[in-house]
Amino acid sequence: MKNFILIICLFSILTNAKAQTEGYKIGDVVKDFSLQNVDGKMVSLADYKDAKGFIVVFTCNHCPFSQAYEQRIINLHKKYASKGFPVLAINPNDKDREPEDSYENMQKRAKEKKYPFVYLYDQTQENAKLYGAMRTPHVFILSKKTTGNVVEYIGAIDDNFEEPQHVKIKYAEDALNALIENKPIKVTYTKAIGCGIKWKR
Amino acid sequence: MKKLTVILVLFLCYNLHAQQIKFVDGSWIEKIKAKTTDTIYVINFWATWCKPCVEELPDFEKLNKEFSQKNVKVILVSNDFKKQINTRLIPFVKKNNIKSEVVFMNETNPNNWIEKADKIWSGALPATMIICHSKHFYHFNEGETTYKELVKLIEPLITIK
Repeated sequence: MKNFILIICLFSILTNAKAQTEGYKIGDVVKDFSLQNVDGKMVSLADYKDAKGFIVVFTCNHCPFSQAYEQRIINLHKKYASKGFPVLAINPNDKDREPEDSYENMQKRAKEKKYPFVYLYDQTQENAKLYGAMRTPHVFILSKKTTGNVVEYIGAIDDNFEEPQHVKIKYAEDALNALIENKPIKVTYTKAIGCGIKWKR
Repeated sequence: MKKLTVILVLFLCYNLHAQQIKFVDGSWIEKIKAKTTDTIYVINFWATWCKPCVEELPDFEKLNKEFSQKNVKVILVSNDFKKQINTRLIPFVKKNNIKSEVVFMNETNPNNWIEKADKIWSGALPATMIICHSKHFYHFNEGETTYKELVKLIEPLITIK
């Protein structure tokens, strides 16, 4: 019986560990994508000839955590696009599981909230899987190098989802500032509560 | 008028007390992990705004009902917004007549406590942790867990027949 439980334990650890190994790690070169923006045009990283990097944010319409961070994502773009790091927002959710996150509703939200950044639809969910995005919002900061677009930071935007006025650590901004100043990033990986990505069933 | 106010205040206090939800933090998880009893802790991380969480709640409620006489303790850890405890969480618990214990994760920086629950957890909701110290059992699942899966996991750990 004891052995049996031990096997269950091990099995559970092994099957769970699998999830952790999926997706990009810090230092990985990402594969470029071609995703449809809310304006109908296809967007790739390669289109941004002058960019020094990217703030890739997996986010969506329906998730209250994404909504709580929406203005902060807009602010990130406003502050860093001119410095060479534009926001690329990507909605990875299956519209059948969450109709609020359909392409049409993305168009509506982008218009209503006057998104200054592109809002892309990862309809096949392939990019979310490649990146290892698990929740919304989930941030990946990339820097453009000779080898390609390299993952520099994965995680949360800051340390307080509910009260922006009480934020103490701006993880994403700290990483971006370090990149811009050519300094090492102190915190490259953080975690945050969020809405699990609605994978196709 | 004064009397009425006093009565009203007393009534409100009583009601607040009746609906009080315990606040917990990262150290609470560590304490549960360190317990040395044979209690099977089934801890579900959820929020009222999380659709798949709400959809799977009846499964946890059923587990709580079916196994309450055994060594099983179901705890629902709410990750709602703090400002919505009174306007959303408590009314939800009342309306759905939730019988399992509901606690509120009172942490502002999720980065401080998520790893205390599990290193592999990204922080996406829902997530479920099952611990039984005496059986050296530990399980963590990011994503939905069905009633069938829950029963399969806890049945070998039941000591009270």
